[in-house]
Amino acid sequence: MQLVLHVWRQAGPNVKGAFATHRVAANPHMSFLEMLDSLNEELAANDEEPVAFEHDCREGICGSCGIVINGVPHGPTRGTATCQLHMRKFRDGDEIWIEPWRAAAFPVIKDLVVDRSPLDAIVQAGGYITARTGSAPDANAIPIPKDDAELAMDAAACIGCGACVAACPNASAMLFTAAKASHLGLLPQGQPERDERALKMVSMMDAAGFGGCTNHGECEIACPKEISVEFIARLNRDLFKASVMAVE
Amino acid sequence: MRRVVQLYKSTIGKKIMMALTGVILVGFVLGHMIGNLKAFQGAEKIDAYGEFLREMGSPIFGHGQVLWLVRIVLIVAFIVHVIAALQLTRVGQKARREKYAKSLEYEASTYASRTMRYGGVFLLVFVVYHLLHMTTGTMHPDFQIGGIYHNLQVAFGSVVVAGFYLVAMAALGFHLFHGVWSGFQTLGLNHPRYNRYRRPLAVGVAVVIALGFVAIPISFLAGILS
Repeated sequence: MQLVLHVWRQAGPNVKGAFATHRVAANPHMSFLEMLDSLNEELAANDEEPVAFEHDCREGICGSCGIVINGVPHGPTRGTATCQLHMRKFRDGDEIWIEPWRAAAFPVIKDLVVDRSPLDAIVQAGGYITARTGSAPDANAIPIPKDDAELAMDAAACIGCGACVAACPNASAMLFTAAKASHLGLLPQGQPERDERALKMVSMMDAAGFGGCTNHGECEIACPKEISVEFIARLNRDLFKASVMAVE
Repeated sequence: MRRVVQLYKSTIGKKIMMALTGVILVGFVLGHMIGNLKAFQGAEKIDAYGEFLREMGSPIFGHGQVLWLVRIVLIVAFIVHVIAALQLTRVGQKARREKYAKSLEYEASTYASRTMRYGGVFLLVFVVYHLLHMTTGTMHPDFQIGGIYHNLQVAFGSVVVAGFYLVAMAALGFHLFHGVWSGFQTLGLNHPRYNRYRRPLAVGVAVVIALGFVAIPISFLAGILS
């Protein structure tokens, strides 16, 4: 299949970028990233600069490969990361617009690669529990209701790719922050720091320059792990409780 | 108070304040709409209702005192709602300076959610006009204090004025739909058993209030009221 790609090219963080048009022959069995690999091989063979894009596991669990494809983060299939998107979802002759995540908090490093370290900063601010180190604790020593464990796991499925920020009209990181706060807040081990966690993570989220949530719900659709906006309501509740009810 | 200020500093805190003031404002428009429907019972009933609003709380409170207490609460709620909205809009704009070349495909958001801010500004303009029109009478061609039915009759004799009210109430409907649903999320009111009722409730509130309001200008235009 023949494709016309409009790829965002930007040499570095503080230079102006622009779209470059490339023609590429792809095989429908290729993944989207393999298609970009083949474009890069061609570019390299012609002594041109290959397109920089981030990738690692290529099986949808590392969260590296975020690209906005035709205005949709991670492309047209739901519940998948860019690496799990296959070229059979496109048609011969299609024009494809390929852009990086666009958010002030995610500056472009090069071409399609953005700096997602503000997400790490949010986790560092409170997305952890304090645990005794040493030998592993006994399994099932702390009883946890099955439903809670399942729900915590749904939130913990977040791979930190940043698609929620990319899809949000306000470039808000609420779904990410809510998922990271909720998967701990749902479990007994997460209770001691629950209030503090909500306060610290939200304050870091705001400081990092993300927008506010206006409940459009675009994040949930873009999320490759299909994390529900219900976790956002949960974080709102935790923050409210932590701010108003806290004893200190 | 320190805690409330601290909470307000965060984006979520601003939204919680918007949701809480929103609850007050939704309560008000619902009450206002029900009151308006007295126009269908005739001039005497609705004019008497207007007098009741001023007499509310009597004999403990004097003439118009409770009404003014309510008005103060509403004015404060309105101002907080607008300021928080402006601040959040600013935060959102700063969070995405560079736009997508191929604009985002909207899959989950609604017309109502995307027009919240424009609709809000339009409603602000409408509220100012409406107060000058029907409360102070400054912009009314033949305003009579306490003559509510007469004021409606004269105002909605003009197709342009009635049309403006209809457009404003459509905007209110959209604003209420996203506002009510969004309010549940913001206040953290979610539960697997009740979540499915939130959207229908938001539609219900929006439709009932908007239809209740437009019934008056439409009835004057159609000659059902005269």
